[in-house]
Amino acid sequence: MLQTIAFYLFATLVVASAVMVIMSRNPVHSVLWLILSFFNAAGLMVLVGAEFIAMLLVIVYVGAVAVLFLFVVMMLDIDFASMRAGFVRNAPLGIAIALVLLAELVLGIGAYRAGALILGTPDGTAAPLLFESNIESIGALLYSRYLFLFESAGIILLVAMIGAIVLTHRERPAAHRRAHQDIGKQVRRNPKEATFNASPEIGKGIDL
Amino acid sequence: MIGIEHFIVVSAILFVLGVLGIFLNRKNIIVILMAIELILLAVNINLVAFSAFLGDLTGQIFAMFVLTVAAGEAAIGLAILVIYFRSRGTIAVQDANRMKG
Repeated sequence: MLQTIAFYLFATLVVASAVMVIMSRNPVHSVLWLILSFFNAAGLMVLVGAEFIAMLLVIVYVGAVAVLFLFVVMMLDIDFASMRAGFVRNAPLGIAIALVLLAELVLGIGAYRAGALILGTPDGTAAPLLFESNIESIGALLYSRYLFLFESAGIILLVAMIGAIVLTHRERPAAHRRAHQDIGKQVRRNPKEATFNASPEIGKGIDL
Repeated sequence: MIGIEHFIVVSAILFVLGVLGIFLNRKNIIVILMAIELILLAVNINLVAFSAFLGDLTGQIFAMFVLTVAAGEAAIGLAILVIYFRSRGTIAVQDANRMKG
């Protein structure tokens, strides 16, 4: 019973916030609704016992991708026309969402304790749960049968990271390069050239 | 009783909403990228639901790879968006005609 209520709550909210993602006028609001949507999708995945994917969704999407979106939306100096936001006007909505999230957390944990949803039975050809917990089973499968794919995923992420850095890296024009760090020049220095002792007479300076 | 059908319906609605979002926000490329994320989320929900339905962990492994590709796609897409904005001063989709395509 609790599982059914939790499912309908998560499903309703994931769909409702997806609607808000595509309908809201301000892209910042869209990103925030996207976070809520992913959070509820993670709840749906916890309900069927896929804790690892759910936590990955929260960490990767809410923690990284959504923040990346927010950062880009705010970095691009675009006039979204409706950026002005009254705190008092938005406060009831914010409080309502916070309360719903809290209720969801309590309900989700309760439903998980009451025994996760069981959708079907294995047909015998599947890769079954090897261990008690979802995460251990996924780890065992990922590092044995899917090792090559796992490493390929790492390569994909590396390429994406280097690509994003190369694309957005901006070489400063020469006029602004006074504080530029030349590592080769720093490494080529040696103590003999860098320092020397001098004992200038009183009243006379030294030439550098 | 919640069955596999419920999850398929939810993921189908999400998928359709993502596609609808691409068409509704044709001028704003940031929202288009977010709609693509919604589509990939629908795919992930479907994969995880079938993984639980069949008792087969392969679906969850594949969902993880979809997640990886989605994260890379978001990073590269936003990087391209940033340099495009830097050179053109706008991100309006209909102005993207530099290659005269």
